[in-house]
Formats: sequence, structure tokens, C-alpha cells
Amino acid sequence: METCFALVDCNNFYASCERIFNPKLAGRPVVVLSNNDGCVIARSEEAKAIGIRMGQPVFECQRLILTHGVHVYSSNYSLYGDISRRVMDVLRLSCPDVEVYSIDEAFLNLAGIPRNPEDYCREIRDRVKKWVGVPVSIGIGPTKTLAKAGARIAKKSAAAEGVFDTTGRTGDILPSIDVEDVWGIGRRYARMLRSRGVLTAFDLSRVNDEWARKHLTVTGLRTVLELRGTSCIPLDEAEAPARSIVCSRSFGRRVYHLDELHEAAAAYTARAAEKLRTKKSAASFIEVMLIEFPFNEGFPATHIASMDIPTATSYTPELMGYAKALLSRIYRKGPAYRKVGIMLAGIVPRGRIQSNLFHESREGPKELGLMEALDRINARFGRGTLRFAAAGFERPWWVRQARKSPLFTTSWSDLPRVR
Amino acid sequence: MPKERIRVDEVWGFEGRKKLKIPLFTARISAGFPSPADDFIDKTLDLNEFLITHPSATFFVRVEGTSMIDAHIHPGDILIVDRAIEPASGSVVIAIIDGEFTVKRFQRKGRKSYLLPENPEFAPIEIRENMTVEIWGVVTYVIHKV
Repeated sequence: METCFALVDCNNFYASCERIFNPKLAGRPVVVLSNNDGCVIARSEEAKAIGIRMGQPVFECQRLILTHGVHVYSSNYSLYGDISRRVMDVLRLSCPDVEVYSIDEAFLNLAGIPRNPEDYCREIRDRVKKWVGVPVSIGIGPTKTLAKAGARIAKKSAAAEGVFDTTGRTGDILPSIDVEDVWGIGRRYARMLRSRGVLTAFDLSRVNDEWARKHLTVTGLRTVLELRGTSCIPLDEAEAPARSIVCSRSFGRRVYHLDELHEAAAAYTARAAEKLRTKKSAASFIEVMLIEFPFNEGFPATHIASMDIPTATSYTPELMGYAKALLSRIYRKGPAYRKVGIMLAGIVPRGRIQSNLFHESREGPKELGLMEALDRINARFGRGTLRFAAAGFERPWWVRQARKSPLFTTSWSDLPRVR
Repeated sequence: MPKERIRVDEVWGFEGRKKLKIPLFTARISAGFPSPADDFIDKTLDLNEFLITHPSATFFVRVEGTSMIDAHIHPGDILIVDRAIEPASGSVVIAIIDGEFTVKRFQRKGRKSYLLPENPEFAPIEIRENMTVEIWGVVTYVIHKV
């Protein structure tokens, strides 16, 4: 059977989310900042046009922001998460086979849908815009790699009007795509490929199979075959199990004291453990990262300590104990710290926990029940309703989000107002 | 929604047990009597199910001002807005006029379209060609505390 995939990509997703409930932003430049209001992580088309770059620190584009009246927002992940879920739900109504690829992208399997793919995708695009309010671009092709390339053209070319089908047109489009822009070709491979004269997607589609396998590994060979129209990357319906959970954030300011760091580490550990439990898993490895404020332009000093957990667990108090011990080991009095992070790895399903002869697991039925009750209360009444005293109450280290928009869709007190 | 999901999980839990599987089965074939588990599900009413047809296209907004008071829309009320519905003449809609959200009744008369307030103290708005007016969604219910 012939394969047919579509990639649906939300345009400037975070900026588009801000626009749904703020009609004044239509046609105006909008940017969204990273967690700590540090860098630009999303730009509306108007913001791109005046020269604001992706990842640019805010202080660098302050002048552009002032002279062009750019609307600046802190990131509002509750809002973006809710809007993303809505977009994906609309896609699922249109197509039985959807793979959510990221917060703002999804692959659709269109094989077997008895419709002209381009017409069908235009309907999907109109529906997402009307129902949720987010503009999307859609690329279509016999492989996921070509669908991804099509979505780029759909977004950039005005003539495409948001939808581009690559089927039968690869001869025209592949030569115009730089090799580093091909899905799955990292920057490292792109440099190597360029040095060998492989400059475009077209060049890449013409390399010898053996050469590709040798220099780009099997993954790279799959990309080459996909560019030629042979589908080798199927739609993953099931979400890949997480191999690690990371919870880390920069502080809103310089932090010097161990007590404050302990509170932050405990809060992130609680969050990571909660995530672990929603996946009915346990972790067998924990790592704590502590990052200093950099001097001048230098690289910030990073301190890391980690340990194997004797018997895999998802029990928050036990994990907090380990985090505290690890943090105490790497903390030095003196420097200002910018960031602390917790990583849980070695994640195993709860049913497959290896017991340890020399270590009595602290995660019995009583502990599991306690954690379950905790998670249920926090799910029902809001995150942080019940929390560990170790995670503190004041949270002076919490991130700076000076320009966050209201929680329009997830908080009764923040609903949009109409007159 | 989350509450509903918890309930369904519990029912599945029951079905997994052998003891309940059998009566469930016989209940179904005997005379089409509802099974004890179905009975259990029917005991709660879900307002979401009653009020919301298109969950992914439905948003809540809060009312300010009195321009729709005669349509029983009061300041502080919450409106349920469905963006999947096409506005018809007579629909109460959320519209955007000059970058502001407003709730009004949408009306077509011949070739003209209007956004009508339901309060004699406010003036009707005729939608002219040079205006930028967008219908954002259709109001389906008013949540009003008595």
C-alpha cells in the first residue's frame, strides 16, 4: 500500500497562543521569553521581520522592543500545554492515526483516507484555526522526512497557503533545501556532509547506500531512503518510555545559601517523583546538578554528584533524602549559584523492581498509598496544595516571570473578560 | 473530567476480578437488564457532558458590564463559548471589535449585519465593510449564580 504522511506544525506556537485571548496582538510583533525572562524563545512573524533573533537575550534586543512596540511575554506553559492538547484533540477527530511529535507538531498517517490529501489537510488546517485559534502549516509526503520538508515550504512560501504536498515534486524542492535543514541530520553531520560536497537534500538523496551507512549510521541511511520516497520511519503510536526525568530551572536571582538550595532541590525532586509515579515507574539513579553564576563571559562552573539508588523507588521522601545528601556534597560556601537540577534515570516499570539483598526497600504498600493520596489531592486541588515542608513555602528562588499572561483556560479567576 | 476518569478506572478494576465478570455476563444476556456496573456509572451526572459538545473548541469567559442584561447575561457570569459552531442570525456571540472582546447578539437583516446589545441603554452596532469585526465564538450557555 502506498504510504502518505502529513506533518502538522503550529506557526510560532507560543506567540500564537498569546494571541488567542488577546485580540489586540493581531498584526503586532509578539515575543515570548524563556523560563527566566532571559532569552527570546518564540517570535511572531512581525517580530521576525524586525530582526529579533531566536534565542537572543532580551537585553540585546531591548532597543528593537522599545522602538517597535514589541509585546513581550514570559512563558506561560499552563496555557501552551492546554492549547496544545486542544490542537492534538482536533487532529485526532480528523485522523485516526496521530503521533504527537512535540508540543506544537504532530504526524498524521493519511494512508487509507479516501480523500485528496491536500484538500483534506486544508480542511484540517481551517478547522484547527477556527476551533482553537492557532494557525498551522501542513506538509504532506510519502515519508515522514518528506512531510517534514513539506511543512517548511508550507510555512515559508506564500503561494502554498499553509499546505504543501511534496508528492511528485521532490525533484523541484529537494535542491532548494540545505542539508542541515533535513529532519534527522544534526549540525555535526551537516558539517561533515558539507565538507564532502553534500550541500542540499537533493545531494543527500543521491549518496550511495553503503557510504550513507558507513558515515551516517543506519539512522542516516533511513533519512536518505526517506528522501527518495521509501518510508522507513513508521508512525509511533505509543509514546516512547521516558529514559530520564529532568527537573531543573534557573533561579530568578543569585542564590548563596545552602538552605535555599535544599528547598529548591526538594521541590524539583517532588515534581520529578510525581512524574515518575504518573508513569507507574521507579528510578534507580539520581543526579544533582549545581551551576554557579558565570564570571564575565566564562563558562559557568558546574558541580555534579550522583548515586545509584539501592532499590528503585518513586517514594518522594526517600528521593529527597538522596538529593539532600548529594547537594551537601557539592555545595561550597561562597559562590553565587544560578541553577539547581535533579535528574532521575535508570527508570523501570514498578512491576520490575529488582529487590536488593542488602537494602530494605522503603516503598511498601503503605508508602505507595501515601504517595497516591498525595498525587490525587494535588491533581484535584492544584499542584502544591499538599507539599513537603522540605520544599519550603516562600520560594524566594522561584523563577522570574514578570510578564506572564493570565491562565486563560486553566484557572477560574483568570478567564478572559468580555463586555 | 478528571473525576470522571477516576470513576471509569474503578469500573475497569471491578471487571478485572473474576467474581464480578460472571454476573456481568449473565446480566447482559438474560434479558438485557443493566449490569450492576452500568448502574454504578449512571449514578453521577456529568455537567461537562451536558453543557459541552466540542471540548477542544470550548472556552469559558467572564462577563463584565450590563450590555446583555435583558438576555439574562449579568456582570460576573461565566459564558460557555463554542468555537466549532457557525454563528447563525440570532446567535449570542463573542465578537472582537477594535481589539476588544464583546458579547452581543448577531443579527442579519437583508444585506446588513448587526451586533445587538440587549439593554436599551446601549446602541446597536452595524457591521460595515470598513470595520474589522471578527466572530470569535458562539455562546451556548450562561453560568449564573442565583
